Amino acid sequence: MEHLLDITGLTVSYYTDIGRAIALNQVDLRLKQGEKLGLVGESGSGKSTMGLAMMRMIKPPGKVEGGSVVIGGVDMLQLSDKEMLKRRLSTISYIPQGAMNSLNPVLKIKRQMIDAYRAHYPDHKLDQIMDLAHEAMRSVELPEHVLEMHPHELSGGMKQRVCIAIGILLRPQIIIADEPTSALDVVTQRQVIETLNRVQQKIGSALILIGHDMGLMAQSMDKVAVMYAGEIVEINDVQTVFTSPKHPYTQALISSLPRLQNRGEFRGIPGMAPSLYRLPSGCRFHPRCNQQQPQCQTTSPRKSVFEDEKYVTCHLYEAT
Amino acid sequence: MFVIKRLLFVLLVVWSASTITFFIPRISDINPIRERFAELARLGGFSAGELEKIVESYSKAFGLDKPLMQQYFDYIGGVMTLDFGVSLNKFPKTVLMLIAESLPWTIGLILVTTILSFVIGNLVGALAAWPLSPKWVRGVSTSFILFQGVPPVLLAILLIFFVAFKLNILPIAGAYSIGTVPDFTFEFLLDVARHQILPGIALIFGSLGTWVLSMRGMGITIQGEDYVIFAEHKGLSSYTIFKDYYLRNALLPQVTALALALGNVITSAIVVETIFGLPGLGFVLITAIRSNDFLVIYGIVLFITIAVAVLMALVELLYPLLDPRVRQGQE
Repeated sequence: MEHLLDITGLTVSYYTDIGRAIALNQVDLRLKQGEKLGLVGESGSGKSTMGLAMMRMIKPPGKVEGGSVVIGGVDMLQLSDKEMLKRRLSTISYIPQGAMNSLNPVLKIKRQMIDAYRAHYPDHKLDQIMDLAHEAMRSVELPEHVLEMHPHELSGGMKQRVCIAIGILLRPQIIIADEPTSALDVVTQRQVIETLNRVQQKIGSALILIGHDMGLMAQSMDKVAVMYAGEIVEINDVQTVFTSPKHPYTQALISSLPRLQNRGEFRGIPGMAPSLYRLPSGCRFHPRCNQQQPQCQTTSPRKSVFEDEKYVTCHLYEAT
Repeated sequence: MFVIKRLLFVLLVVWSASTITFFIPRISDINPIRERFAELARLGGFSAGELEKIVESYSKAFGLDKPLMQQYFDYIGGVMTLDFGVSLNKFPKTVLMLIAESLPWTIGLILVTTILSFVIGNLVGALAAWPLSPKWVRGVSTSFILFQGVPPVLLAILLIFFVAFKLNILPIAGAYSIGTVPDFTFEFLLDVARHQILPGIALIFGSLGTWVLSMRGMGITIQGEDYVIFAEHKGLSSYTIFKDYYLRNALLPQVTALALALGNVITSAIVVETIFGLPGLGFVLITAIRSNDFLVIYGIVLFITIAVAVLMALVELLYPLLDPRVRQGQE
């Protein structure tokens, strides 16, 4: 089957006064239509940068330095700025992290939806747009009168739903949700994720959920990609990631999750994530790895690809 | 409800201002009437005994012989009907007449320059902060901040010297050329307009820098807001984002600042008017101060206070139309 999303060798750096920070290094990712992928990793591991790079929204001092983001046969990184403007929201949409402040405080919800719609279809009639707006509101389970309200009149969960409604308005092929639940309480979190899942199923798009809530990932995603210091170290089925993780980092991550059995005892991962300005030689994880090999310090591991675009980047699995 | 509250507040301001302007001159021992006639007496004319008689009769005429409370109530009653008393210097004329004669000049100048300076300053400031502005636009607009350090008074003097005196392009002073008859002909209006250019420029550029500086700061904050970034994710054109998501929000605190700046606007207009010899409120005020025409001074000061209070209330009433968050709880 042809892949809907094909990211190859995506590299992004930020240039600041203290030097070059490599935020994404040669990242590969493939997704099929309707697939749901969870993108997890510590803060600064490159999750959000990846989402932004796919939207082509990396701003100076950041720079996309290589690779391709092919969606439905078209490389987003090769499009003109104007064409990319048309692709945002219609081909690939991004549901932001800070839903609390992502809506313009002085405009009605209705107006913000119409704006989004008109940017892509300037000559559509207002009734037509309103029909779609009503439909979008129904699919995120918000009453239609919310359209007539201003953002400050809505609760946090409602605002997040409005953001989702805007995100799916044009039925994009890929939805990127960047920690859409980070500012919400657990009950609302679950509702929002369920809404997201339902609308994703309804419009049949692929979903990339960025976050660090492993529980949320386990409940609703098909695959999980684990990022460490700007690289994807492992992509696997949710099942496999949780029961038999391959990469030592994934193993350490999973074993650090609190469980019912080992109550009262938490195991973290020793050491700190490396600075993106001074990355370790060889495998980026080797200083913290408990299964270190001699070659880890000197050579970067290659991808060991399994079936269905799953892979792990570790010397332990390299076919010798 | 909100409107009524605001209007009550304006009344409170007017009442306190008029009370203060009433009591301050009466706290001091100086009797303005005696001062006035003592000055005349010094120039020669009448003896000290006659002076006391004149002062007494004038005090009676102005009601200054009545008990203080009685005077106060008369005064407040007068203020309520916009009757600020009569001019000591141009006697039969009332203060209100003097204000009414000069006000159109001042209002015209202030209204046009304030609106222009607010619009231009905020637009330039917004462009200075907008990351998609071409480099030269950002450079030029940021340099407007330099005007922040130049007071309108200094600008007025420089303009008079270089533009009017050295280059001789525009008239040095006055509201219209000497020898013309005020009339509603096209030539006369053109002549008036030519006389307003320099004071206008002095006032606009004198306040422009502040608007540019504060708007630029506001713009830098707003462009990092999540809703501006989400607007980009929605694929909106940069024009729409600039206009409805960026400028619209950055303007809100600027409108508040406009209300606060009104007092300043009027004071600098008064000074600039005087420098250019325009027959506006400022000119009348300076003339009154020079001739110790107390009632005119207090009348104008009080009038300006009332005007600022009313204008501030108007701006505040306008604010809920711009920001829906303020509307809540007022409907």
